[in-house]
Parts: sequence; C-alpha cells; structure tokens
Amino acid sequence: MAETAATPDAAAHAAPARWQDYVALLKPRVMSLVVFTGLTGLVCARTPMNPVLAGVAILCIAVGAGASGALNMWYDADIDARMRRTRGRPVPAGRVQGADALGLGITLSILSVGLMVLAVNLLAAALLAFTIAFYAVVYTMWLKRSTPQNIVIGGLAGALPPVIGWAAASGSTPLNAWLLCAIIFLWTPPHFWSLSLYTSEDYAKVGVPMMPVVKGAASTRRQILAYSLVFVPVAVAPAFTGLGGGLYLAVSGLGGLAFIGLAVRVFLGRAGEAAGDRAEGLYDVKANAKDARNLFAFSILYLFALFAALLAERLAGMPALRL
Amino acid sequence: MSDGFNESPEAAKARRRRSLAIALALAAFVVLVFVVTIVRIKGHVVDPGF
Repeated sequence: MAETAATPDAAAHAAPARWQDYVALLKPRVMSLVVFTGLTGLVCARTPMNPVLAGVAILCIAVGAGASGALNMWYDADIDARMRRTRGRPVPAGRVQGADALGLGITLSILSVGLMVLAVNLLAAALLAFTIAFYAVVYTMWLKRSTPQNIVIGGLAGALPPVIGWAAASGSTPLNAWLLCAIIFLWTPPHFWSLSLYTSEDYAKVGVPMMPVVKGAASTRRQILAYSLVFVPVAVAPAFTGLGGGLYLAVSGLGGLAFIGLAVRVFLGRAGEAAGDRAEGLYDVKANAKDARNLFAFSILYLFALFAALLAERLAGMPALRL
Repeated sequence: MSDGFNESPEAAKARRRRSLAIALALAAFVVLVFVVTIVRIKGHVVDPGF
C-alpha cells in the first residue's frame, strides 16, 4: 500500500469531493449482491423475525460490505491508480484523500457491527466483524499481492453474507446456511479467473499475482473447468437438502449445464493467450476473450438466478423437495 | 486546488453538500437506534421470557 503517493498530481487537479464519491467508496454494485445473498439467507432461515429488525440486519450487512470496500480502496490506491478499470476511483483520482477513505471504512465498520449487536444478535455481529476483517486485512492487505490463490481464499468474505443473514434470523448457522456460503465460495474462482483471462495485462503491470499472470492462461483455463465441475453439483445440492424446491432444481440444473458448457469452451479455447505480433493480432485477442467474457457474464446471471429461485420459493410459500 | 481559507465557490458548495450528507446520515442513525430500541423493548414487554 502506498497511501495516495501515486496520485499527488491527480489530487492537485481533482474536482472537490462530492458526496457521491463517498458512496462510490462503498462499492455499491458489490453491496447490492451482498444485500441480495444476505436477504436470501435471512429468508431461508424460516424463522419469524420482526420486519424492522430484519431490515436493520440487512442494512448492517450492506454497510459492513461498504466499509470493507472503503478500506480496500484506501489500501489499494497505489495499484488502482495504475489499472484502467480502477484508476477513476475516488482515491486514485484524487477526489478523496486516502485518510478519509480509511476513516470512513473504520467508522462504518464499528457502526454496522455495533448496530448488529444491539438490534439483532451477537453471532450475526461476530460473523459480520469477521467478514469485514477478512476482506480488509486477510484478502486486501495480505493475499491479494502475495498469492495466485488470493481470490480463492479471499472469496470467503464474499461468501459469508447468507450465513450472516441466516444467523440474524435464527441465531444459528446450520449446514444449509454453510451450503449457501459454499456455493458463492466455489463460484468465485471461475467468475474472477474468467475476467482475469482478458484483463491480466493490468494485473501484471501492477504486480498483482492473478492466476493467469503467475501460472499462465492454459493453467487458468484448466482450473476454471475444474472449479466449475465442483461448483455446479454444489449449486444443485440445496434441492436435495430440504432447502430448494422444484424451481430451484430446474434453475440450478439447467443453468449448471450451461455453466459447465461455457467452462468447457473456455478450456478448449485460447482465452488469455497473447495474440502475438501478427497484423490481425488485435482481432485474435478479441476472439480469444469472447469465451471468457461469456463465462464471466453468465456466472453473474447464474448466481443471481440461484439465489432468486430460493428467495422466490420462500416468498411464494413453495415447498422444498423431499427426496 | 483549494484550501479551507480560500476555497473556490465550487469547492465551498461541494463541502456544504458533504456536510449536509453527514448530518442527514447521523440523524438517520439516531432515528434508527431509537426505533430499534422501541422495537426491542416492546418485544420484551409483550414476551417477557419467563
């Protein structure tokens, strides 16, 4: 981490910070996924809960996720400033001081965990605190810059929200809650590695050891397929553990087949390979990246569909399968 | 670049908006803690648990 050393010029010429810049520090898109999976966990617990307290629990999960995002942007400002995808973020662009992002992250962490203790229960608060610390310290400060397994292990932080939601509703974390966690955990590697297959140049430039940078594209494609073959059966499993119903079985099964099909295409293709210096190189890169881009886009849709199916079944009162 | 003593009108406007956003967020937090307290107290009165 280099505070905002990479950005003194940016700071000198930047527009004054707007309140929207502080919202951007909270990574609202990531936050929306976390809210969705956390809500699914809360609803799947099948435990009556005061709607106000349920809303506060989801708010705490959202704010906790936002706090993690702010801490991540504070610490990663130096490498964010050098990557195309991230250089417009508020800290590297100089609109927000690194210290302000750090202060916001710490403040929101304390408030979200504290409110979870007061409004909900200690278990949910402890899991939320662990999630924030795991993302900010274990993933951002340690794993991200030191191992190609960064997003595999770090994925646990993104996988925990349904467990927090379940704990908020019921005060416990049964196996089905951890099954939801396992689904997101195993989804993360094929999701991020398919993205990194066509953005690895940026990661290489800043020294982040993403899998394609360290092990090469072919190894990454093999691992994407391997993780997909493990992930899809786990994604279907809730239909057999009393959690999902017929709708979930159909969505997870059919979507799972499509997921594996796309992963096989990535495996057989040349995504992530340098196109060389041939005249048509630019078009080669685009064609190579297509399979990886398709898998990346479909992975988002598939995860959303899995949790939406569970949520819809619960809200519509549809029974779980008894197999 | 502006500082606190000689800031541009644009920077002053942005600062006022940030201050307003912080004030609103703090007020919302106070209201939230109040509502949570009422809900929890009400829950204990209705179901004292013994």
